[in-house]
Amino acid sequence: MVDFLNACVDVLTDEAAIGAAARFAAVLAFVATGEWVAERAGTLNISVEGMMLAGAFAAAVGLDASGSMWMALGCGVAAGVAVAVPQAEMSHRLPADQFVVGLTLNILVLGVAGFLDAELDLVTHRAGSVEVPLLVDLPWVGPALFGQPWPFYLLYPLVLSAWWAMYRSRWGLEVRSVGEDPQAADVSGVDVNRRRRQAVCVAGATSGLGGAYLLVGQVGRFSDGMVGGRGFIAIAAVIFGGWTLRGAIGGCVLFGAVLSFRLTLPQLGYDAVNTEILQAAPYLVTIVVMAVSARRVRPPAALAQPFLRGLK
Amino acid sequence: MTEPMVPRQVEIDDFSLRRARRRSLVEVGVLYGACVVAALTLAAMLVAVSGGSWVEVLGALIDGSVRKPGRIGATVGTTVPILVVALGAIVSAKAGLVNIGQEGQLLVGAALCTYVALRTPGPGVLVLVVALVAGGVGGALWAGIAAMLRYRRGVPEVLTTLLLVTVAVQLVGYGLKHESLLLAPSGERAARNQVSAQLEADTRLPRVAWFGNEWPSSALIAVVAAVAVAFVFARTLPGMRVRMLGRNPKVAQRVGVDAARYGTAAMLVSGGFAGFAGALMLVGGDFGNYQLVPGFAVDIGWTGLLVALVARERALVAIPMAFVFGALRTGSGFVAATGVERRVTDVVQALLVLALLLPPAILYVRERRRAAAAIAVRV
Repeated sequence: MVDFLNACVDVLTDEAAIGAAARFAAVLAFVATGEWVAERAGTLNISVEGMMLAGAFAAAVGLDASGSMWMALGCGVAAGVAVAVPQAEMSHRLPADQFVVGLTLNILVLGVAGFLDAELDLVTHRAGSVEVPLLVDLPWVGPALFGQPWPFYLLYPLVLSAWWAMYRSRWGLEVRSVGEDPQAADVSGVDVNRRRRQAVCVAGATSGLGGAYLLVGQVGRFSDGMVGGRGFIAIAAVIFGGWTLRGAIGGCVLFGAVLSFRLTLPQLGYDAVNTEILQAAPYLVTIVVMAVSARRVRPPAALAQPFLRGLK
Repeated sequence: MTEPMVPRQVEIDDFSLRRARRRSLVEVGVLYGACVVAALTLAAMLVAVSGGSWVEVLGALIDGSVRKPGRIGATVGTTVPILVVALGAIVSAKAGLVNIGQEGQLLVGAALCTYVALRTPGPGVLVLVVALVAGGVGGALWAGIAAMLRYRRGVPEVLTTLLLVTVAVQLVGYGLKHESLLLAPSGERAARNQVSAQLEADTRLPRVAWFGNEWPSSALIAVVAAVAVAFVFARTLPGMRVRMLGRNPKVAQRVGVDAARYGTAAMLVSGGFAGFAGALMLVGGDFGNYQLVPGFAVDIGWTGLLVALVARERALVAIPMAFVFGALRTGSGFVAATGVERRVTDVVQALLVLALLLPPAILYVRERRRAAAAIAVRV
């Protein structure tokens, strides 16, 4: 027990460990931001996993073909949206079950990416680190938040604009109303399913970006197991955060830290911890945290319920 | 004196009714056909883009699944666990629950089955039965965690079942590192292999040699299970209650169906089927060598889930669907010889599922549109 506490203190005070946690959290935060938008509109979008993988794979292809990081990120976004469109059309234009569609898309993307990855020989590398002057000198969190691979910094404008769009624009109000009471929104003249489709596409764009960031910011090389359930953890972060953006980002930081243990604990000299527990820890922690927190928060009232006019 | 209000009868003559029925049958057929053809065309294009020949790939698939001698038996052996997993997924789907963690439940079931089969003394047949039951119990327990979290703590079971898959993999991995749990004694395995001991010969399911094929006797169990599931949902009271819970929870509550009780039961049965499938894989001999190895589940859980989705909650339809997916699997082993990556079959599977999801949704929308138009005409 004392060892465990010591380990926790070490992880929280070691600069490298905080930096690693921030990188893991950033991947989740990209994804969770879009997933939050989709869930506020009423879609529990489990195809984020596939969107991330598609984003990562497209980024690898883009980087291999053009050598430009911007191209890689752009391809990632496009691929994420390409997965989002069938999800949106099938579950919010046609009345197919959103979980069924999402699950199938995940498996499809895994198959396509694995198949093409075996056919292509992709050469990729990581994006270089850029330090933001002055801010990087902040004690404790400076290097973690301002000394990262440069695509990391896209997160700040992304989160801010998501907040602005959802709470300060008419579009955001409509999206939130669609997730709370689609019947009322429909009577007020909001095209419910259209807003939901748009929200899913937003999730696709940010998840694709998150996948691309995972590739160019963290792993550096594509493998079909690289996403490995992170999309689902991002969904859990949104639930943990009680469907607020603040809370979701907080959840990302928590789960990001747990994800980074596998990397940082052995580096800090704690190799006695058994590998299975370290591997399973993020998922176990996610489950336990949800079990504690799920009842304290209120989900969007129409979450995961399809909307068909005239049916309640 | 006022006449009682009689709803105006819409007169439909026999001829137009028959015509309408025929038109809708044709419509359904054309839609399904078009969607499947579109999916296969997409897959063929993928093969063509990567430089392969889709004719060769298709030939290899058929060779590997049915045409070459002995392959039908292998395909049936693969179909069995897929079908059993699918039956479980159908049970939870009927209750309106989204259990998508069959892969983990299957693995836990197989692990518990191994543990029990290797440690229980007694006559072989008895051990076999006890071990199979243990497999079911293992899967049920694993799904039960998700059910408990759903009904006690309000956590969506979609997420917990998924996350528990990874936990199950690590748990079984841990078991395979310790001789007190699953690992074979050091004399019975190569030094660094993390495998369990082999099952005794008399605790294996018999295989029947017939027409040049080896048929697993588990096929019989699986078909009986499918019929039983279909019967329970079509003809029994508990089956109807579970269906009611899935179709309209509000009505179910009014009628007095306890959501937590029936939902948990459906979840346990669902996981139980997945665990039982794992146990069948272990004692059936079509997967591995009657021993538990890391990665034992080999995506059977996911495939079974897809079959359940395609069968649209009908247990008897799941039988041929499971065979198709089983054939894709055994056929994929022969695809590598054509120079095309064997994972192309994963793509085909997912595309097929997507294609088969579309027609019912499209038909539903068209039906509603037609109904709306009919009402508009009458008013």
